[in-house]
Amino acid sequence: MKKDLCGRVMLLSGDEALARGAYEEGLVVAASYPGTPASEILESLSKFKEIDAQWSINEKVAFEVALSSSIGGLRSLYASKHVGLNVAMDPLMTSSYIGVGAGFIIVTADDPGIHSSQNEQDNRLIAEIAKIPLLEPSSPSEAKLFVKEAFKISEDFDTPVMMRLTTRIAHTKENVEIGERKEAVQKEFKIDMPKHVMVPKNAYKRRLEIEKRLARLKEYSEASPLNRIELNDKKIGFIASGVSYLYVKEMYPDASFFKIGFSFPFPEKKAVEFSKKVKEVFVIEELEPFLERKLKELGIKFKARHPSYRIGELRPEYMPDIIKGAEKKEEPGTTRKPVMCPGCSHRPVFWALKKNKAIVTGDIGCYTLGALPPLGALHTCLCMGAGITFFEGIKKALKKNVVGVIGDSTFVHTGIPGLINLAYNKTKGLIIILDNSTTAMTGNQPHPATGYTIKGEPTKKLILENVCKVCGADNVDIVDPRNAKEMEKLVKKRINEDALSVIIARSLCRLIEKKKYKAPLYKKENCKKCYICLSIDCPALTKSVDGFINIDEELCVGCNLCVETCSFNAIVKNA
Amino acid sequence: MHKKDTVNILFCGIGGQGVLKASEICAFAALFEGFHVKKSEVHGMAQRGGSVESHLRFGKEIFSPLIPKGRVDYLVSFYKDERDRLKDFLKPEGSDFIEYLEKSGKFIKDKRYINIFLLGVLSRYLAIKEKNWLMAMEKLLPLKYLEENKKVFFKGRGIKSA
Repeated sequence: MKKDLCGRVMLLSGDEALARGAYEEGLVVAASYPGTPASEILESLSKFKEIDAQWSINEKVAFEVALSSSIGGLRSLYASKHVGLNVAMDPLMTSSYIGVGAGFIIVTADDPGIHSSQNEQDNRLIAEIAKIPLLEPSSPSEAKLFVKEAFKISEDFDTPVMMRLTTRIAHTKENVEIGERKEAVQKEFKIDMPKHVMVPKNAYKRRLEIEKRLARLKEYSEASPLNRIELNDKKIGFIASGVSYLYVKEMYPDASFFKIGFSFPFPEKKAVEFSKKVKEVFVIEELEPFLERKLKELGIKFKARHPSYRIGELRPEYMPDIIKGAEKKEEPGTTRKPVMCPGCSHRPVFWALKKNKAIVTGDIGCYTLGALPPLGALHTCLCMGAGITFFEGIKKALKKNVVGVIGDSTFVHTGIPGLINLAYNKTKGLIIILDNSTTAMTGNQPHPATGYTIKGEPTKKLILENVCKVCGADNVDIVDPRNAKEMEKLVKKRINEDALSVIIARSLCRLIEKKKYKAPLYKKENCKKCYICLSIDCPALTKSVDGFINIDEELCVGCNLCVETCSFNAIVKNA
Repeated sequence: MHKKDTVNILFCGIGGQGVLKASEICAFAALFEGFHVKKSEVHGMAQRGGSVESHLRFGKEIFSPLIPKGRVDYLVSFYKDERDRLKDFLKPEGSDFIEYLEKSGKFIKDKRYINIFLLGVLSRYLAIKEKNWLMAMEKLLPLKYLEENKKVFFKGRGIKSA
C-alpha cells in the first residue's frame, strides 16, 4: 500500500485496517475467495509484496492453504464472508484440534440485514461450536489493534483465533494510525503425528487438550483489556460487543458500559462484577442472543431487546425503542432494486431461456438478478454450486425443460463436482456456464479461468471447455450470447436432448469491456405498445408518459437485444 | 446527548452516479482538516443501479458509523426518489440539497459531474479549508478529468443560494 499524503494516519475501511494490521504483524500467507463484505481484506493484502496472497478456488481450499502455512511455521490468515465459512466448515471444525504452528487468524465478515448475501447467520455461534476464541472489534481502528492480539493469542495458546467483522465495520472507513511492519520469526516445523494426524486415538487426546485450553483462555479473557468496564452513570449499564456497542454509546454516551471485545470464552467473572456495579443491566447485540445466553447461564438479572430485534441489523435510532422493550416495527423495503448493467451478456441468455420456457436453477452472482421481475427467468438460488446440483433434483421431478445456470467463477468454486455427479449418475440435460471471465458481483476479481492471479500476474489458465469434457459432458458449445438468435437456437437444440450438454456463454463483463456501439433506432409509428422489449429489464429502456418507449442513449451500449425482442420493427439496428 | 460538534452528511442516489466518490472526497477533505471521520456504506450492489447511500460523519470523536434517523445536517441527494425515501433522516433544521439538484442543469451541462457540483455547494457549508478540498480531489480523481472537476467544484462553491 502506498504511503498516504497524511503520513501516519490513513482513512481505512474495517477490511483495509484489518489487512494493514496483519501486514504490520508480519503476516506471510493469506487466502480467501471473494465475497461481500470481506473481499477488500485480500485485495488490500495482495498489494504488499511481502505477503503471499491468493484467491483460492473456494473457501475450503483457502482455509487449508492458510492453516497449513501456519502449521509449517508462517503467520497466516483466512478471510471470507459468513456463508463462505460454511464451505470451510470441515477443516474449521478440526482446526482447533490440530492447532497452529505460527499465528493463524480466521476472519469472518457477517452480513446482518442481508445486504448482499443469501442468509443472515451469526458466526459467533460457529466460534463456540468450533471451540475457537472469538474477537469482535467495533470499528476499523479496533480491527487493526485486535489483529495484534489475535496473533498473540493464537501463538500463546496454540489455537486458531476467529475475528468477526460485520458489514458496518468492514465497510466503514475511519482514521487509522499506521506503523511499520515487524517481520515475524518463522516457527520451526516439527513432525508431530499425535498433534497433526487426526485419527480417532489422536483426536480423542486432542479433544481433552482443547477443553484445558478453553479453560486457560477463559482466564485470559477475564483479564483481557479487550473486555472493558466503563463506569459512568450507574443507573443503567449496557453490555454490548461489535458495532452494537457504538450504536448504544452514540445514543447514551453517559451510561456505563461493559464493552466486550473478546467474547468467547466469555469473561464471566467480569460480567458478574459489572452487574453488581450498576442498577440495571441491559444487553444490546445484533442477531443471535449470544451474550444474552451467557448472562442467563450466569444467573445475572438483565434486560434485553424484544426477540423481534434478533432479525435484521440494528441502527442507532432503534435504541430508545429497544430499551423500552418495544417490538420491532418491520418497515416495508423501499430501496430501489438492482439490475444487470446495460449490455450485460447475461441478459440475452435469460431471454433465450424465457423463449424456451425453461425452469432455471440458478446460482450466486450478478446473474441471480435474472430472478427479479420483469425478467423473472431464474427460479432457484440456494448457495454456491447449487445451480448445477439443484438442476439434478428438479430435472428428476420435472423430466424436461429444466436448465441449470452458473457463473464461471462459481463453476470453478463448487460447480465442477456437481457436473461430475451429473455425468456419473447418467443425468441428461443442459447446463449453461455464464462466462463473463471474472468474479463480477464482488468487484471483478480474477479466478483460474481468467489466467491471472490476485496480484495480476499471468498464470496457468484453466480451460473451462476442457474441464467440462473431462467431467463427462457429451456436448460442449461455446457461444457469444450477444448473438441472441444463435443463443436461443442452441438452447432449443440442447434443452431436451438425450445428452449431457454444457453451453459456455462467453462474453467479457461489461464492467471490464466498456466498448459502446450505436444505440438502436426507435420507430414510434411501428410501436404497438406491447412492451415485450421492457421484459428484458434493460435500464436504458423506459416507458414514456405517452406510453411510447424511450431509449436512453447515454446508458445504452448498443447490444441490440431489444431489437431482437421487437416483432414490429419499432426498434431497429442503427447500421 | 448529541455531540454538537459532529457534522452528519447523508449522500444518496443510485448506482453509477458517483455517490460514493463524492462521499469519499468529502471524507478525505475532513480527514486532512484534522477531524475524526467515519464513513459507512454498503458495497456489492453499488454498480448495479440499486439504491446507494453513504453516511459521512466527522467531528472530535465519532461513535456510530451510521447517522441516527433525524440527525442528518445535510441531505445530499443525486436522485429525487432516493431523497424522498430518506428525507426523514434529516433533522428539522437540516439542509435538503434537492433544490440544488433540481437546478443543477442551469450550471452544468454534463450530468456526470453532478456529484462534484453538489460537493462544491456542500463545501460552502463546512468548516474545511479550500486547500483540503483540492488535496482530496487531487488524490481521488483521475488526472485526466481533474481540471474539469475543479472547475465544476468551484461553480458549485460559488453559488449563493438555490
